[in-house]
Amino acid sequence: MADRELLLGDDAVALAAIHAGISGAYAYPGTPATELFEFIHERADKLGIHAFWSANEKVAYEEALGTSFCGRRAIVSMKHVGLNVAADAFVNSAVTGVRGGLVVCVADDPGMHSSQNEQDSRALAKFALIPCLEPANQQEAYDMTRYAFDLSEATRLPVMVRLVTRLAHSRADVVTAPALPQKPLDPATDPMEFTLLPANARVLYRRLTEKQLDLEARAAQSPWNTLDVPPGAGRVGILTNGIAYNYVREAFGGQVPHPVLRICQSPVPLDRIRALLDQVDELWVVEEGYPVLEELVRGVVPPAGKVIRGRLDGGLPRTGELTPGIVAKALVGATPQGTAQTLEHLPGRPPTLCPGCSHTDTYALIKEAVKPYEKGQRIRLFADIGCYTLGFYEPHDAIHSCVDMGASISMCAGAAYVGQFPALCAIGDSTFAHSGMTGLLTASRQDANMVVFILDNGTVAMTGTQDTLATGQDLVDIVLGLGVKSEHVRVINPIKSKFDENLAILREEIEHKGLSVIIARRPCVQWVRRTNS
Amino acid sequence: MKCDIILAGVGGQGILTIAYLLDNAAVNRGLRFKQAEVHGMSQRGGAVYSHLRISDAEIISDLVPEGQADMILSVEPLEVQRYLPYLRPGGVVVSNVEPFKNIPDYPDDALVLDALARLPRAVLVDAAAIATSGKVPKAQNMAMVGAALPFLPFTLADFEPIVQGLFGRKGDHVVAGNMHVLRTGNAVGALTAALLDRGVTSQRAHQLTSGLDLASIDPAMADELAAQPR
Repeated sequence: MADRELLLGDDAVALAAIHAGISGAYAYPGTPATELFEFIHERADKLGIHAFWSANEKVAYEEALGTSFCGRRAIVSMKHVGLNVAADAFVNSAVTGVRGGLVVCVADDPGMHSSQNEQDSRALAKFALIPCLEPANQQEAYDMTRYAFDLSEATRLPVMVRLVTRLAHSRADVVTAPALPQKPLDPATDPMEFTLLPANARVLYRRLTEKQLDLEARAAQSPWNTLDVPPGAGRVGILTNGIAYNYVREAFGGQVPHPVLRICQSPVPLDRIRALLDQVDELWVVEEGYPVLEELVRGVVPPAGKVIRGRLDGGLPRTGELTPGIVAKALVGATPQGTAQTLEHLPGRPPTLCPGCSHTDTYALIKEAVKPYEKGQRIRLFADIGCYTLGFYEPHDAIHSCVDMGASISMCAGAAYVGQFPALCAIGDSTFAHSGMTGLLTASRQDANMVVFILDNGTVAMTGTQDTLATGQDLVDIVLGLGVKSEHVRVINPIKSKFDENLAILREEIEHKGLSVIIARRPCVQWVRRTNS
Repeated sequence: MKCDIILAGVGGQGILTIAYLLDNAAVNRGLRFKQAEVHGMSQRGGAVYSHLRISDAEIISDLVPEGQADMILSVEPLEVQRYLPYLRPGGVVVSNVEPFKNIPDYPDDALVLDALARLPRAVLVDAAAIATSGKVPKAQNMAMVGAALPFLPFTLADFEPIVQGLFGRKGDHVVAGNMHVLRTGNAVGALTAALLDRGVTSQRAHQLTSGLDLASIDPAMADELAAQPR
């Protein structure tokens, strides 16, 4: 009898990777992808799989590529914006090609539940010229991931599995298939294969473009790119992807009276879309993510005599996550009436820093320290990505930027170079290890007149207290190694009883005409609770 | 059979533990389920919710469509309001009465409770008191599962192995305490459900049940209570 397991979408991909015989799993935490690596991490020792949180997604991707180089299977997972960090390795790994199956699972976050943007990773898969698979449910997440490893080895390309928040973080039961053993060590022997000198790269890039016909042919045959034409269907059709397919079916109670083409394996098999277009006068393109298919269908010259509806003409919202209600309203018109709220004023409840959080005290300290410099206008910090981004909200009102991992230091330096004073920034220990070090090195070589606060709480707090690579004395040593003058590397304990002492340190370092790093070191309360329980 | 539920509360109140209990109960019964939750930033003291769908037939969408939820199950009374657009006409609200105040503009307690009592089918329970009665004061979420049980396709016995699996390593007294809380919550929920079935308003049902000794609550008291003069 087949095994049945209760899995998040993330877990389903992870378990499929284990069953596909991976030798290594690589990742940096990021919602909604974190649980994928955690699932493997918890089981790695027993299974003899290498699993260790990487410093960032680019490192993780390169580690996975090295494992693949050795003929062994690897999975690398990240959130959508993490793929930007890994993009150099990602795009070039399509040119080198792979040896052991390499699956990159990217969890997109339509609606930005926990992200800075809602970029669609399908666009990056197309840019890199690699296949992309998009499961609609947990079972498909498992099945497609198993298939992705085979496809990767058959085409010798990395293969993307694209999840979205609603699948990554949704649980259902999944039927699994027998596990495969890991593959033997069998490193590449042709030195040209992974060496992208221009002379080699031209050959390899041509080879990559020549693979595209095969990839499209495979997508045309894919069991996940199905065209369903119900008997008696009219002249309205639906083109959809991933979990949007579920919302389309839900809108009609499971029985869609129109032809439906779902595209869940790319490169997009254009003939399948033409076949659908032939049968209809009006086409609804219902996509979770960017209007990738819709732009393709509209083209430069929209198909003659066809009405195309979707995100680009207001048929569906241009931005944001789809819901069953939004899709039903577009396709069916009326949607069921819910219950009216019975309270007149319903206040929002945004996330907040936890009671007892060290960041709260650090922000209070900084706010006090900058007061003498405020001439009618608040002085805020360039900040970064982590719990401390919540310093944007009252009562902190402490930050004025959050752009990408590590941007706090480099943006602050850019402001300092052109005269901003005081120039202040805040970054967490793990974000610093991820992408802060290079910015600090650049700033230290110029002795930029700024103060960098590294908020060392000992863990990757926002995503659930994963291991950090740079904390405590290691972090101090890194900062010194990056060339910051030791007399301006200060470690403080941001507790209320040391407020005055700490305030004096902050004022000194703001007055110092050059680079200062103040490490506010106090453990995360969530982390302490978890390690003690 | 289908049962679409919105679980609601505030980060840290154990919403995902409720989801875990119900997911496993569904699987053990051979039912299908899908349960979508949100992790990450919102878990830091923010509004947290989960969509849970249980059915004996195929479940298509992970999200409950607006206006189709059969139940809102909330560990916090204000949070119910956020999800009412999901509740179908005739759907039931099962909510804790104890506010969780971590926002500066939290409305007046009485206002929040009155708003809930005005809903046609609301089961309002004092989860803190029920949890304390089992000597596991943090288990308010368990009290809520118990109170919701009369409206779910499960029995108390379904939860025994799941609670054992969840708390077994913390000791028998923790398992027993949580089961006690589930049982007591269930008794309050069943009595309130019986009162609502007899045409008693949500507000009156809450008044009638809230003064009772938790140890002696029995759904069989419904007729007698419903007949009480106001």
